[in-house]
Amino acid sequence: MMNACPEKVIRMMDDYLDGEISPSEEKELKDYVQSCSDCRKIYQELTKTIAFVQSASHVQAPPGFVQKTMASLPKEPQRAGIKRFMRHHPLFIAAALFVLLMSAAMMSSFSDDQQFSFTKQPNLVVEGETVVVPAGETVVGNLTIRNGDLRVDGELEGNVTIVNGQYMASSGVINGEVEEIDQAFEWLWYTIKGTFRDAVSFFGGNDQSIDK
Amino acid sequence: MDALVNKRIKRVMKGDQDAFAEIVELYQHQLFQICYRMLGNRHEAEDIAQEAFTRAYVNIHTFDQSRKFSTWLYRIATNLCIDRIRKKKPDFHLDAEVRGTEGLNMYSKIANDEELPEEELMRMEVQERVQYEISRLPDKYRAAIVLKYLEELPLAEISEILDLPLGTVKTRIHRGREALRKQLSNL
Ligand SMILES: [Zn+2]
Repeated sequence: MMNACPEKVIRMMDDYLDGEISPSEEKELKDYVQSCSDCRKIYQELTKTIAFVQSASHVQAPPGFVQKTMASLPKEPQRAGIKRFMRHHPLFIAAALFVLLMSAAMMSSFSDDQQFSFTKQPNLVVEGETVVVPAGETVVGNLTIRNGDLRVDGELEGNVTIVNGQYMASSGVINGEVEEIDQAFEWLWYTIKGTFRDAVSFFGGNDQSIDK
Repeated sequence: MDALVNKRIKRVMKGDQDAFAEIVELYQHQLFQICYRMLGNRHEAEDIAQEAFTRAYVNIHTFDQSRKFSTWLYRIATNLCIDRIRKKKPDFHLDAEVRGTEGLNMYSKIANDEELPEEELMRMEVQERVQYEISRLPDKYRAAIVLKYLEELPLAEISEILDLPLGTVKTRIHRGREALRKQLSNL
């Protein structure tokens, strides 16, 4: 039935219903609809369908929804853990920075390391230089991204370290800590922290839960 | 509106939970409506709407304040709904095999690909019937139709929410509309 009518009519109907038809095509469509009973039937059914769908009454969230939602929230939003550490340990940072600036070797290793790279985990998708945990997927394991961004629309079970990149607008969940190391300064800090940890674990034996 | 919301978001980022309660207050009904129309079930809609707000809260520092907050929030919610719909399908068939249809009411029997008998359809109220037909649409058409005709959002915003090109959104609305036309032609 529908096949008998020109394809163009259907296209014009869609444009018309989207509110994107030119006045001349609108007239053409009206003429078609008047002259062909099949086209008219489709047109009337479509407008009726839209009216029915739009007549669906607006539903409201159940009473107490706000309180219940607030009660189920975690205590505070995720944040880059390093920033908090830096706020609380300013003197330590200054000392660490001094030592680092003396270290030419570290400066050169910073500039060596400018390529996009990330920990390969199953279910990860790459869009340009953004690593994506797609909606509906779960990625298990820690993730380090260098010189690229991360977007999480699904779930990530693990800690995240992003060096020279950003944790982008995400709609998913990370069950773990997020560290963003954006600038050379923070990168240096992160490296010394790693060096410091290594030193601690070297001298401190096997009880090093902060490591992993 | 956007300026007010952004002020609250800044307060949330500083750790003020009360500011987030005001955001939930502001968007609760619209968000619940999207979830309800997508899922066709009040209980699940409440669950998912709550989860969507939680994710927005947890990820608040990733929100780009030059954009519209509602777009981001609706995106979280539609992703969760589509995810739920996809996970639900095989579960339903598994349940049906194990327990039979005993104890399941009419609404829990509704899966996209299940069709109710004609006389059952005829007994439905118009509103109930419309919701039933929406919930039979494939999830990708369903989201586009709900955002366009129930939330009455502009196409450009729907394309942002669903993270799809404008042309794809239009195609989905056209196909969803056409499917509904056929399903509702006997009404
Ligand atoms: Zn015709």
